[in-house]
Amino acid sequence: MLSPGDFDYICRLVLERSAIVLEPGKEYLVELRLKPLVRACGLADIGGLVQKLRTDRSGDLQREVVDAMTTNETSFFRDVHPFDTLRKIILPEMIRLRSTERALNLWCAAASSGQEIYSICMLIREHFPELASWRMNIVATDISREMIQRCREGRYSQLEVNRGLPAALLVKHFERVEMDWRIKDELRRMVDFREMNLASLWMGVPASDVIFMRNVLIYFDDAMKRQILGKVYNLLRPGGYLFLGGSETTLNLDSRFEQVKFDRTLCYRART
Amino acid sequence: MGKRALVIDDSRAMRRVIANILVERGFEVLEAEHGQAALDVLAQAGPVDVALVDWNMPVMNGYEFIKSVRASPQYTRLTLMMVTTETEISQVVRALAAGANEYLMKPFTADDLVQKLELLGLV
Repeated sequence: MLSPGDFDYICRLVLERSAIVLEPGKEYLVELRLKPLVRACGLADIGGLVQKLRTDRSGDLQREVVDAMTTNETSFFRDVHPFDTLRKIILPEMIRLRSTERALNLWCAAASSGQEIYSICMLIREHFPELASWRMNIVATDISREMIQRCREGRYSQLEVNRGLPAALLVKHFERVEMDWRIKDELRRMVDFREMNLASLWMGVPASDVIFMRNVLIYFDDAMKRQILGKVYNLLRPGGYLFLGGSETTLNLDSRFEQVKFDRTLCYRART
Repeated sequence: MGKRALVIDDSRAMRRVIANILVERGFEVLEAEHGQAALDVLAQAGPVDVALVDWNMPVMNGYEFIKSVRASPQYTRLTLMMVTTETEISQVVRALAAGANEYLMKPFTADDLVQKLELLGLV
């Protein structure tokens, strides 16, 4: 059982390290996410973990706790429609807009275990062969060091490749490694993966034509959402698009964005 | 009008699991316990939108069923999804080459199945 004091401690730690707000009622989530870490540390319960955290001078355990608490639920081509919109409308438009410089920058801001950015890479390879000769700068960031490592490895379980990934792409872009499936090198080399906290300094993220920042703003309070959207506004290149999650919006947060609806997808771009 | 699905699996329990997921999404569900029985259902039951096909079954396996369907001009609009414990890449390639539109490996969750149906434009 998670005591109120221990829950508060975890909430404060996660807030300080990631700016993610864990509200009362999320005790179950803390228990669920930290249980494997409790076991790995040879401890009896989360109370023991909190005790250990209080004396953790290296910060390693604190980082592991924050890693475990930041959400990484995802799937290939999650929600389908944003990827359809990217394929049918956004990328063709960007290719027209940038045809002189022949360079495109894409940023996936909450890479999690990599399914979203690899979905985008597969989409590019399948539908836009002309981009192979362009300067493509594809950056994927995540707060979790463990997740970034997973992304770089590009190794997925059978359950993960079952989820949302067309079989034709599975056989084309993956190889079997023991019981798992690994993204082929050619695709892995397309992406520059970096550890980065959206709530702190943004280092090395290029001005972008397309930004995927889906299902991450929901974990921040309004002040932090405004701060992040302000930085996104400055980073979005002219004509560029921002994708948020289905339950996220810029409305009442930053009026400099306008909503653009394409079929079943809502995107955002900077007002001109 | 709701779509019609044909679930082909020699395991009654598995047919029930898949059928429940499909019924919840508004499908009318027909069942068959092997490929030959499924061909009979197709011949008698009128248009079907999607068949979910196990690989290893008695009488006629799923792979033979898919080849047979794809050789029949009257079923050109039938979408075929292999749902199987076969997980080797060579088997996925074989199924797709024979005419399967999608491939789902067992075990799977309801969400996994629904996402595959989304990819096929069926939900």
